[in-house]
Amino acid sequence: MMADQIVLENIHKTFISKRNEPLHVLEQVELTIREGEFVSLLGPSGCGKSTILNIIAGLESPSSGQIHVNGRSISGPGNDRIVVFQEAGLFPWMNVLDNVMYGLRLKKMKRKEAREKAIAWLKKVHLGKYLDAYPYELSGGMKQRVAIARALVMEPEILLMDEPFAALDEQTRMVLHQELESLWRETGKTIIFVTHNIREALMLSDRIVLMKTRPGGIKKQYDVQAARPRNPSDSVLVHLEQKILVELEDEMEKVLREEFGIDYSLKKNNIHSDSRYDMGGYI
Amino acid sequence: MIWEAISKLGLFPAFLWPPFIVPVEPGGVTIMKTFVNGLMSGQLINATLVSLQSLLLGFVISVVVGLVLGFLIYSSKWIEDTLGFVVTALQSVPNIVWLPLAILWFGLGFSSVLFIVVLGAALSITITSSSGFKSVPPIQIRAARTMGASGFQLFRTIIFPSSVPHIISGLRLAWALAWRAVLAGELLGGGGGLGTLLDMGRSIQAMDLVFSIMIIIGIIGTLIDHVVFLQLEKAVLKRWGLQSNTA
Repeated sequence: MMADQIVLENIHKTFISKRNEPLHVLEQVELTIREGEFVSLLGPSGCGKSTILNIIAGLESPSSGQIHVNGRSISGPGNDRIVVFQEAGLFPWMNVLDNVMYGLRLKKMKRKEAREKAIAWLKKVHLGKYLDAYPYELSGGMKQRVAIARALVMEPEILLMDEPFAALDEQTRMVLHQELESLWRETGKTIIFVTHNIREALMLSDRIVLMKTRPGGIKKQYDVQAARPRNPSDSVLVHLEQKILVELEDEMEKVLREEFGIDYSLKKNNIHSDSRYDMGGYI
Repeated sequence: MIWEAISKLGLFPAFLWPPFIVPVEPGGVTIMKTFVNGLMSGQLINATLVSLQSLLLGFVISVVVGLVLGFLIYSSKWIEDTLGFVVTALQSVPNIVWLPLAILWFGLGFSSVLFIVVLGAALSITITSSSGFKSVPPIQIRAARTMGASGFQLFRTIIFPSSVPHIISGLRLAWALAWRAVLAGELLGGGGGLGTLLDMGRSIQAMDLVFSIMIIIGIIGTLIDHVVFLQLEKAVLKRWGLQSNTA
């Protein structure tokens, strides 16, 4: 049994909206993540999943509650926890190699050593030929791979991923899923992965944390006990997918009602028949 | 052609409307001749160098002052509300308006010209750089913070380089303002240089000299804008990925 690495206790987060009304983004979040675990935070937009990630990253602070990483209370960003964002967030004036070296140079690592490490990681994400390329010359998938290399080269204990593949096309995403899974198996890092795509969560995680909206928080958690490397037609995954979809429908109906009006009701058959095809797109 | 025709028709005396290339009477004045003679004798070249010297020095001071003020305005809301407001207010005053004051403070000549140049260009750089710092994509800042950057280090390694495209356009604008300010300052406040020579040309009614100087002013302005700033801007936009490029 691995040790508990990240512990969130009774986390609340409230924003004050423009009309001066409090907006409860997160209410009473209790979450424990073990070392080396791959956990997905799954839910529709507005459920606060990115907020949880940012709180763990130290980029935002909770309105109340405790957060401990490795037993220490955190007070800001730290390079033991690196975030990979949806848009890669590369620095456009630096070439690929300098982007990956950036964090190491901040740590005052010698240029030569940083260079060697960066090149090693770029080779692992299959970008060994693009060291001198600038971000504008790369495709979306390549940019994300640079961002992943830039995060992993820092050797963080925890990798936080905020919908990292959401902006990519399906083929690229599938390739990156495989690459991420094998990187995770190789390095044994703890990964927290925010997504709104059920299949993505099923393919990658040990545990899926299903989120709810209004107010945002945790609804249910599922252990994904399927063999790795994952196979999308695995009966465990297909079965779990149906269970999660049922739960999600309630949440989606809440969101859609708010957007389309109170009399809107979700056509249940619709979503089920399409779900085999591409269920992630509906959330 | 039209120019030459008017000068030949004799509508105006030759000293008010000198011919460009072909003299009215053999051995008479032409702009080309004055231009070439001026260059040969060193009179025009010296004046140009004097002007460029004020321009360059003023510009360098402006860049330093402008970036520092821009940083201060960016870094503190309080400074933005006070200094930022003053800067915007001052910038709406054409800088030549300061010349009488500058002449009283610094006397006629180089210092006054420099003062006018710095006032105009530095304010413009302040405004463009502070808005450049503010428009850095938040994701770049978050990415850098998550890797451990903070404080001035974050500014130096991310915020400043990220706003370079903004700053370059600001510099280009400031350069044009500075060039105008140098000439206006020299024209009225002396100090040698092309502006002073221009004023001399007016007082001795040598329109050929005046036109020669105007040609130089135009050439220098265009040359620097096109060769230096436009190229720089293009290269920067491409590198920073702000210009769609199909290659």
